[in-house]
Amino acid sequence: MTLTDANSESANSDQIMGEPDEFGRFGQFGGRFVPETLVPACQELEDAFRSAWGDTEFRRELSALLADYAGRPSPITECHRLSEELGYRVILKREDLNHTGSHKINNVLGQALLAKRMGKTRLIAETGAGQHGVATATAAALLGMECRVYMGEVDISRQELNVFRMNLLGAEVVPALSGSRTLKDAVNEAMRDWVAKVEDSYYCLGSAMGPHPYPWMVRTFHEVIGIEAREQTARLLDGGVPDVVTACVGGGSNAIGIFSGFADTDAELVGVEPAGGAAVGRKVPGVVHGSKSYLMQDEVGQVLEAESISAGLDYPGVGPEHAHLADIGRARYESVTDAEVIEGFQLLARTEGIIPALECAHALAWMSREREELAGKTLLMNLSGRGDKDVAQMMDVLGRK
Amino acid sequence: MEQPVGAFEAALRSRRDGGGKILVPYITGGLGDDWIETLHAVAAAGADAIEVGVPFSDPVMDGPVIQEANDRSLASGSTPQSILNALRNEDIGVPLAIMTYYNIAFRAGDVRFAQDLAEAGISGCILPDLPLEETGPWTEAADAAGVETILLAAPTAPDERLPRICERSRGFVYGVGLLGVTGVRSELASSAMDIARRLKAVTDKPVLVGVGVGTPEQAVEVSQVSDGVVVGSAIVRQMLTSEGPEAVGALVQEFRSALDKG
Repeated sequence: MTLTDANSESANSDQIMGEPDEFGRFGQFGGRFVPETLVPACQELEDAFRSAWGDTEFRRELSALLADYAGRPSPITECHRLSEELGYRVILKREDLNHTGSHKINNVLGQALLAKRMGKTRLIAETGAGQHGVATATAAALLGMECRVYMGEVDISRQELNVFRMNLLGAEVVPALSGSRTLKDAVNEAMRDWVAKVEDSYYCLGSAMGPHPYPWMVRTFHEVIGIEAREQTARLLDGGVPDVVTACVGGGSNAIGIFSGFADTDAELVGVEPAGGAAVGRKVPGVVHGSKSYLMQDEVGQVLEAESISAGLDYPGVGPEHAHLADIGRARYESVTDAEVIEGFQLLARTEGIIPALECAHALAWMSREREELAGKTLLMNLSGRGDKDVAQMMDVLGRK
Repeated sequence: MEQPVGAFEAALRSRRDGGGKILVPYITGGLGDDWIETLHAVAAAGADAIEVGVPFSDPVMDGPVIQEANDRSLASGSTPQSILNALRNEDIGVPLAIMTYYNIAFRAGDVRFAQDLAEAGISGCILPDLPLEETGPWTEAADAAGVETILLAAPTAPDERLPRICERSRGFVYGVGLLGVTGVRSELASSAMDIARRLKAVTDKPVLVGVGVGTPEQAVEVSQVSDGVVVGSAIVRQMLTSEGPEAVGALVQEFRSALDKG
């Protein structure tokens, strides 16, 4: 038991965005709601993560990979033309420039190194849009591990390119055929695989969700986004911080990463959810996929299918720390419609020459809609991924107009 | 510490005390129009207690057979309330346990759901995604309502964990027979015998093994060590063929006779 470890290291758990308590809770959210078979695996993972994170050699190895392989630090970009159009100052954190095209690689390199350190030989992952699947397949290829990625059948058809990418990288992509055949069902299949192969397999979860220690561990691996952005914006803003920090939220990993760098400042933190998948927006707590959080569900507790133009945000739940940040009022969560997202997608391409991932276009949609409220402010947005993967889908969407 | 023995556990103990092996079949609630008749047929065929599955949208512990049963039941409009309503006025003759996932209880509210079960005449409850550390609010409500919460014990548990699970479990202790989700396998996994042996060494409560126990032969084999078995997917697969309650009863009868012969 490491309860004593948890206690001795949880000195900062009262702090906003500190460590969760010994049960993996952020306020009333989080926990470890998994089949009994997985409880020891979660405990082992927690112990392994604590030990690795406290080991300078592990940290050095990860930092070297992030720099020499993934291309960190990612720059920030001041958006002159977009700022002019919106009437306030916009700065982007460029996670789209990472190797594999999104922030997902930060977490995956951390977890894959950890898996290797734990003696696991096989990575399991779920993916929605395919970005996390591609990142996991990439890390598996780099570290010489076997890799299986579960992906909803619906998502496979809307993200063919990423499926092919994963295959090129040596991963096996298995369709999730149950339920809504999207991200939540891919998570179910990944958990079933993990239950059966827990001894040699490592579940490389792609967002800041799931049973303890995942929400905390995934956030920790993404804190690099916030740490870099805090320094970079301080340099740009003469030591100041942006008035607003915003990011899209599905499970919420890119948002939690950038929020962590500004939680102790006066910056307003704004997460943007798709209207059809606004778990925080609906404020109904529930328990699925290992943790208690806000969850889209019907009146008896059946989980609802999220509906979003973006496969990466097509998830009915949200990471428990976001539920907590909303609960205590440290962050607020807004939602946008698919139509607004399509506008946001084009807006960045047209004004800045950057094609954003559809996920990020949610934050852009909110920024565009709320331009009056934001007038005169300085805003930092996490551009968590590039839009190459979405171009074919958008060609369809815009062509049909 | 002596704990009071509830009605569910008492029924299983009485089978064991009589020298017999315990048989607890699982059926999916709301699957087909005749599922209540199936319940009667299963009881008549010699079940000592019956687990009734309340379908959940995301059953991570279940394999393809129970997933399909779940989906069909949900598609026909089943809700937790419709299943409990159907059970409320039935005298099945053996104790019933509900098996569902925690969000169903959490959404209703722990206290209300526990009371709903008790009012529907249900004496046991299994929530496979509610491990020991998370049981608090639910078991408090269930204990107060007189509903026995059956905990699972998996092959992955370290030795020190098993006595704690057995201590908190009511009704019986559910040994998970293998690493994996529910479903019929061609052979009994060696882990089934292991978990039965490890549990029997630390508890006097009835120890049943389920998950991967799909044939009468496998049931007999594991019951050499355990006090009995839970049989799920094999029964539900029979329900899915739509050959009616009698066919399901006949299958349960096969398990009963095999266990009685030993």
